[in-house]
Amino acid sequence: MIDARDRQLLEHIQLGLPVCPRPYAEIGRLCDMPEAEVIERLTRLKQQGLIKRLGVIVKHRQLGYRANAMIVWNVPDNLIKQLGGHISRFSFVTLCYQRPRQPEWPYNLYCMIHGKDRATVLKQLEQLVNACGLSGFDKEILFSTRCFKQRGALYQNTALADG
Amino acid sequence: MLSHLHKQLLNDYQHDFPLSARPYQDIADALGVTETDVLSAFTELCDNNFISRIGPVIPPNHIGVSALVAMAVPEQQLQQVADKISAYPEVNHNYEREHQLNLWFVVIASDAEHLRAVIDSIEQETSYPAMLLPMLDDFFIDLGFKLDLNND
Repeated sequence: MIDARDRQLLEHIQLGLPVCPRPYAEIGRLCDMPEAEVIERLTRLKQQGLIKRLGVIVKHRQLGYRANAMIVWNVPDNLIKQLGGHISRFSFVTLCYQRPRQPEWPYNLYCMIHGKDRATVLKQLEQLVNACGLSGFDKEILFSTRCFKQRGALYQNTALADG
Repeated sequence: MLSHLHKQLLNDYQHDFPLSARPYQDIADALGVTETDVLSAFTELCDNNFISRIGPVIPPNHIGVSALVAMAVPEQQLQQVADKISAYPEVNHNYEREHQLNLWFVVIASDAEHLRAVIDSIEQETSYPAMLLPMLDDFFIDLGFKLDLNND
């Protein structure tokens, strides 16, 4: 599990690893931890799945992937795990979550597709629908138009202090 | 313009960035360039806003709680309302989407109570109701995003 030192470390590293020869030593300096301990803790957190991946986090839009669609489906609850698992296997899918239905919002399965343009995204969606057997379920496609804020999950102070 | 090295760094180091004392040197060794080349290339990628950072991706709800939130805001007020919402440190993504529910953002908080307090405060400040959509299950295995960086 995750202890107070792990939390402190994650708080400092989540804004990004410095681009310098000894980045983990630099992070260690910020949270008063030897470089070796920083590396050892990060290795363990990754093994435990508390860090899903460690690496370059790209900005899709700036790299030419300007079309982003969130697709929401209303699927039977007993099929959701199977469908979600299937959807996640497509390389162009960048997120796939179950969320609760709401009174005026009947959708429970969410996925995200990033593509270079809308036509590509719609073609990929069609491929997904056919391959996963999703054509019988109600869905909506919500393309993003403006990005007001994009930042990594920031688990800071309050979030890490006592949770 | 992206060099061959830029492209390799963008595509090959999303998942397993080296956990060693000299990670940039290790990357340089693997790619047959110098550590200085790698450091410069990463600096360029950051400066040109092609990468948001080199860092960890933490699965939702392992540390703290998060929720997707949707709002319907009249077009002429959207920028103003979005700015108010983006100003909250607990908000990390905030997008306009083509729908009657046109503003979609993610709130991250220490616990359920903190999350509720942020939502209440946003509703009060903007005077629009927020539809709260917490995550129930995550099916996605994040292996990084394969970028096709040719022919651009």
